[in-house]
Amino acid sequence: MIGQLASLLLGPFETFGFMRIALVACLALALANGPIGILLLMRRESVDGNVLSHAVMPGAALGFLYAGYSLAVLTLGGLLTGLGVAGLAAATVRSNSQRQDSSLIAFYLVSLSVGVMIVATRGSQADLMHVLFGTVLAVDVKSLVLIAGISSLTILVVAALYRPLAVESFDPAFLRAVGGGGGVFRGIFVTLVVLNLVASFQAFGTLLALGPMLLPAVAARCWTNKVWPMIALATLIGMVASFAGLLISYYANLPSGPGIVMGAGVIYGISLLSAGPMRRGHNKLGVPG
Amino acid sequence: MTNPSDPVRRRSTYDMLGLLRAAFMPLRHTFAASLSVLGNGAQSAFARHLDGGYDPYTGNRQAGEGIRIRNLSVRYGERYAIEDLTGEFAPASLTAVVGPNGAGKSSLLRALAGVVRPAAGEVICAARARHRLAFLPQQDELDRGFPITVAELVALGDWRNFGAVREPPQQLAERVFEALAVVGLPSVADRQISELSVGQFQRALFARLLLLDADVILLDEPFASLDESTSADLLLFLRRWQQEGRTVIAVLHDLDCVRQYFPSTILLARSLIAWGDTSLALSVDNLARAQKALVSPQHGSMGRVA
Repeated sequence: MIGQLASLLLGPFETFGFMRIALVACLALALANGPIGILLLMRRESVDGNVLSHAVMPGAALGFLYAGYSLAVLTLGGLLTGLGVAGLAAATVRSNSQRQDSSLIAFYLVSLSVGVMIVATRGSQADLMHVLFGTVLAVDVKSLVLIAGISSLTILVVAALYRPLAVESFDPAFLRAVGGGGGVFRGIFVTLVVLNLVASFQAFGTLLALGPMLLPAVAARCWTNKVWPMIALATLIGMVASFAGLLISYYANLPSGPGIVMGAGVIYGISLLSAGPMRRGHNKLGVPG
Repeated sequence: MTNPSDPVRRRSTYDMLGLLRAAFMPLRHTFAASLSVLGNGAQSAFARHLDGGYDPYTGNRQAGEGIRIRNLSVRYGERYAIEDLTGEFAPASLTAVVGPNGAGKSSLLRALAGVVRPAAGEVICAARARHRLAFLPQQDELDRGFPITVAELVALGDWRNFGAVREPPQQLAERVFEALAVVGLPSVADRQISELSVGQFQRALFARLLLLDADVILLDEPFASLDESTSADLLLFLRRWQQEGRTVIAVLHDLDCVRQYFPSTILLARSLIAWGDTSLALSVDNLARAQKALVSPQHGSMGRVA
């Protein structure tokens, strides 16, 4: 009985190397996405995250156009356009009295369409699907190393700079007044977000890259309002969702990236329902949706 | 023979370890020295470039620092919030900033604090350059749902002594508790800030100001939507700070309160209407001019310029 269960749960990973790599990649992503997702939520910048996830696309698409599936070029391109759009968006928000969200959404729509057009000029339908939704199962060892490297870097930076990152998101004027150098930490955080979106891009594509970052975070926020437990829980939820999503996609023959995001979505739903009272307590103060 | 409790074998294991340790000892000493040099270098470079707020040795407050403003204009997009403001906040003064909605009161405070860059003119404030300026924005600019405890919020006031990455000093917990007791919140240190009422939250922010120990203190509508007893309590702090030689500037709406407690007043209506002794600045004539200045047709006064 237990043996059967074990082979049901672990069999696919024992049998297929690509399943193992996919699992390790998703677990590594979940490790970094936990703290980054919670920080995004704490900053009430989930919209920014969405914009950045699409801003990665034009660069990655350009890289794809000129270098095929070269990992280095895709990554570098995504990183450059991601940071570029982040800078542009910040400048627009500063110089423009318009509500921040609406200018940001403009950036996200434009990035997405530019990216799709670039891919469409040379790529096939399959390429487009790859860029939009990613292919977890196509992650190779080189991508895995990249993902693991970005995750490790993220965890180290967040651990070292957690205090200024958190204070900068809570009360930037205060940090500036005490000379804590607010803008620097904002820049570091945005860079981390873009880096992680680039890492996720391989596996989840531009449309879903935000999913494994944000869904575990909002689910974790239903259960606690203390930061470290929240981060730990978000990481755990991300890992469970990855494992479950991969298994379900394997047995039901479904696309695995959306399967994992769906898994996180289901956990979010359960959290919403079962941690209802806590959430209501939060909602009064405006949980970012 | 492979029995781990065999005394001979155990001793030889210890010997091996001892030998290893002896071999590594000189190595470790050499490296420890260079590592700590490296670490100190990295830390001071970090402090210089990223962690300017870490500044534990400038303990003594220099009493008597004012702020000078020359031809200050603040603009958001095309719209001016402040036009051509010139004047001086005397050292250790207590000044109220008064004016109709959209008069640029908050903009003035933000320009003084350096949160917005002036479109023209300048603010000369030595305390700001030394990071000895405290700015308390309107409460709704802070995210009350942010997951930190009251003690953590108040402890931020001591940023100077730990900065971005260092361990907070050991007496900090005590000082936080004292500050909370002084502002009348003795028993909420471990609660999340989301559990506080508006008044309690403002008291906690005042406790943070106590730890900050700033030379110049800017407060944007510190008593808005507070009950009377809380306002009265907090008002005492403003006067105490002034008596301690700090320069205190507060945006206020309640003119009676201004007349009663604030020696000097700025009356703003995008440009300066009056600045000086409160009873003179808040004359009926001046107040009427301030009202009229903002409804003049060339400036649409629809939007709120906070």
